[in-house]
Amino acid sequence: MITSATDSADKLMERFGGSVLKKQQAQDGTPTFWLHADSFKDALRYLKEQAEPPYSMLYDLTALDERRRKKEDGIPSYDFTVVYHLMSFERNEDLRIKVPLNGEYPALDSITSFWPAADWYEREIWDMFGITFTGHPSLRRILMPRSWKGHPLRKEHPARATEMGPFTMPLEDIIREEEALRFRPSDFGLSEGLEDTDFMFLNLGPQHPGTHGLLRIALQLDGEEIVDAIPEIGFHHRGAEKMGERQTWHTYIPYTDRIDYLGGVMNNLPYVLAVEKLAGITVPDRVNVIRILLCELFRAANHLVWLGTFVTDVGAMSPVFFTFNDREHIFEIITAITGGRMHPSWFRIGGVAQDLPAGWDTLVRRFLAYLPPRLKEYHTLIMGNSIFKARTKGVGAYTVKDAMNWGVTGPGLRACGYEWDLRKKRPYSGYDAFDFDIPTASKGDCYDRAVVRLEEIRQSLKIIEQCLNNMPEGPYKADHPLTTPPSKERTLKDIDTLIPHFLGVGWGPVIPKGEVCVPIEANKGLNSYYLVSEGDIHAYRVRIRTPSFPHLQMVPAITRGLLVPDLLAILGSIDYVLADLDR
Amino acid sequence: MILKHVLIVIGVLGGAMSASAGLVWLERRLLAVWQDRYGPNRVGPFGLLQVAADGIKMFFKEDWVPPFADKPVFILAPVLAMVTALLSFAVLPFAPGIVVADLNIGLLYFLAVVALGVFGIALGGWSSNNKYALIGAVRGVAQMLSYEVFMGLSLMGVVLIAGTFNLSEIVMAQKHMWNVVPQFPGFVLFTIAGFAETHRTPFDLPEAESELVAGYHTEYSGMKFGLFFVGEYLGVTMTSAMIVILFFGGWMGPFFPPIVWFLGKTFVFICFFILVRAALPRPRYDQLMGYAWKVLLPLSLLNLLVTGAFVVGGYI
Repeated sequence: MITSATDSADKLMERFGGSVLKKQQAQDGTPTFWLHADSFKDALRYLKEQAEPPYSMLYDLTALDERRRKKEDGIPSYDFTVVYHLMSFERNEDLRIKVPLNGEYPALDSITSFWPAADWYEREIWDMFGITFTGHPSLRRILMPRSWKGHPLRKEHPARATEMGPFTMPLEDIIREEEALRFRPSDFGLSEGLEDTDFMFLNLGPQHPGTHGLLRIALQLDGEEIVDAIPEIGFHHRGAEKMGERQTWHTYIPYTDRIDYLGGVMNNLPYVLAVEKLAGITVPDRVNVIRILLCELFRAANHLVWLGTFVTDVGAMSPVFFTFNDREHIFEIITAITGGRMHPSWFRIGGVAQDLPAGWDTLVRRFLAYLPPRLKEYHTLIMGNSIFKARTKGVGAYTVKDAMNWGVTGPGLRACGYEWDLRKKRPYSGYDAFDFDIPTASKGDCYDRAVVRLEEIRQSLKIIEQCLNNMPEGPYKADHPLTTPPSKERTLKDIDTLIPHFLGVGWGPVIPKGEVCVPIEANKGLNSYYLVSEGDIHAYRVRIRTPSFPHLQMVPAITRGLLVPDLLAILGSIDYVLADLDR
Repeated sequence: MILKHVLIVIGVLGGAMSASAGLVWLERRLLAVWQDRYGPNRVGPFGLLQVAADGIKMFFKEDWVPPFADKPVFILAPVLAMVTALLSFAVLPFAPGIVVADLNIGLLYFLAVVALGVFGIALGGWSSNNKYALIGAVRGVAQMLSYEVFMGLSLMGVVLIAGTFNLSEIVMAQKHMWNVVPQFPGFVLFTIAGFAETHRTPFDLPEAESELVAGYHTEYSGMKFGLFFVGEYLGVTMTSAMIVILFFGGWMGPFFPPIVWFLGKTFVFICFFILVRAALPRPRYDQLMGYAWKVLLPLSLLNLLVTGAFVVGGYI
């Protein structure tokens, strides 16, 4: 039906000819259109609901402070842009819509009326940039404390403590901060009760054993039945995106490790892929296979930890010890290869930090023999347990349509029966050379999410085995001036290599101007880094799209009417980590 | 005669208390074995003195009563939890003649005292003035009400066969055949009810740490918290002992002295309690209630009916 995907995106946009300000050539090849603020909403609604096939997922929604940017020719001067990143599964194609805005604190129409996933994203933009969304049901801060002054991702907001005055906390501030913590149901838009019943409000978290970290969910309860649940996030916010604007391209890599802290080098991958795309680096085959090897090891590690903690959430005590022990076996390999455990920060722009050590294959082979019998055991112990089934089957189910509406990707989407894995659909890093299956389930409930993830561990083992048997020979770094740190062999003989080496190591690589977004199939769903470079040693804007954010946003919608224990089962099953949520 | 009685009382009390203390160690070690880890192994040989270390720690913790709590009830609740658990030890026949009170309604007394145990949870959860504690307490009461009903009924088969409520006589009635054979359904039902009565996994809904933080004892600290735990372990010991008395011939067995048989059999069931904790997840509150009323209650009635028919027919 669609002959050329790019053409059809162009054709779609012809309908809005008058309001399309410009078509931009983004370095990642994603069709990018600048739309006028008056009509972008109609265009988005059209793309979601009427375009054939539709762009059914709001993949990401973010903004840029353009005020310190060197202006391009042909685009009118503007202060902010709001960027809508749409994804179409049927087309297997993305579309980026940019809306330029002018003014110190501009306003834009909200799209929450037809795109529920936009809710949290718009709140985030308001929180971070001070852009108001008119028509948003509850535009309040999401990541920063309620009492925060300023909007951190604006360029004038200080990035480090030394740019601010000394920190003081006088009594009236303490009182104000404590007052801001008081729970008032009306702040969350919750009613206190019906005519004949008073609701009970339960603060689940921020300190609670079932939330896996600092997450607060305000529950409106009728007995133990959940009338409404309002998650409050931001307790783990560390300003990772802001840090990207002052760290060099190279020194930012360790920060990415700590986004999904169970993912290790899996987080480095979308970042280095994006930087490599900007820099025009093609990495050698050996680098690709090493990266895939480590990523799949981390996928298995993540899913094992997830399985253990999920089962703990439904009340079983032992599996968490078994799966953590298994993860230690993975860390044994990771330590041997990278020297680190959870945060190796081991991928580099244009390669990896070191070559594989001698004997790595023995460790991997031992692990490949070790894990499958354990997985079989988990099948009997956990998946076959009737109490576990009773707790998870039919609980927290959603359909493919819901999933796309809310921006759910990864195992959560595949559990609804939609076979969509980025490693297959848009192979990156050479995944197309590997033979593996995409596990799916059918009902999209908690149990199915467990089925999919357990099978994904097996598929990861299959990929690791192929890495083991087909590890290509060759360099572990690309031969490119922007590879950081560059190979040192020729620097002492050749001044033209010495100078870039000196600058790249001492100052940081200068990555060419451009704009890219590279998604990967991370442990929890699609993870991507949207990088805007102004041709400097650091990024102009780093946007991290994490899977946990939309996944948690969906929780209230699938929780209403269930009981408190179901909420814990759902939280356990969707696999989020707070660092991935808050960044 | 009086001296003997005093000695028995002291022995039972001391034995029950040290058993529940030892259980803390046993449970942690056994769980560790089943979970591929070491468990407490630093304090004393095999970590045995861990119990003492824990005890000292609890005594020296701040004994905090939340300002928003209902103070007298808050203090009374852990005492109730422990005392009610201890009271039922009075009727347990450990060996011929070794029993504190050989009541002719021993079984009824046991059922009555066990039912009182829920007051510790209900009052503790209520007086804490904490929402998690309240939910835990409500769950505890609901669970007790549902499981109490068929717990009694599941034992009536045993009573029909033995023709008495006296526990020593029930043991004696098993001279030729342990009750577990003719009363196997009764044994299964009573064991399930026992798990529910002691709030052990998979029926640990009143504390359900992944949902309710620590449930009914969320606000407790120090030795008051410790008392709840002692109460729980006393419950485990007592339920195991009751299973042995009612279904596994009590002290009876060849070669070894009766008391050894009794303690050995009880130990096996205590380990079973711990194994179940290591193995099973926790059902949901409504599933738990549905299971009690829709499955277990009809089954125990059916068991009673069939047993009655056999007894009337003279087959047993």
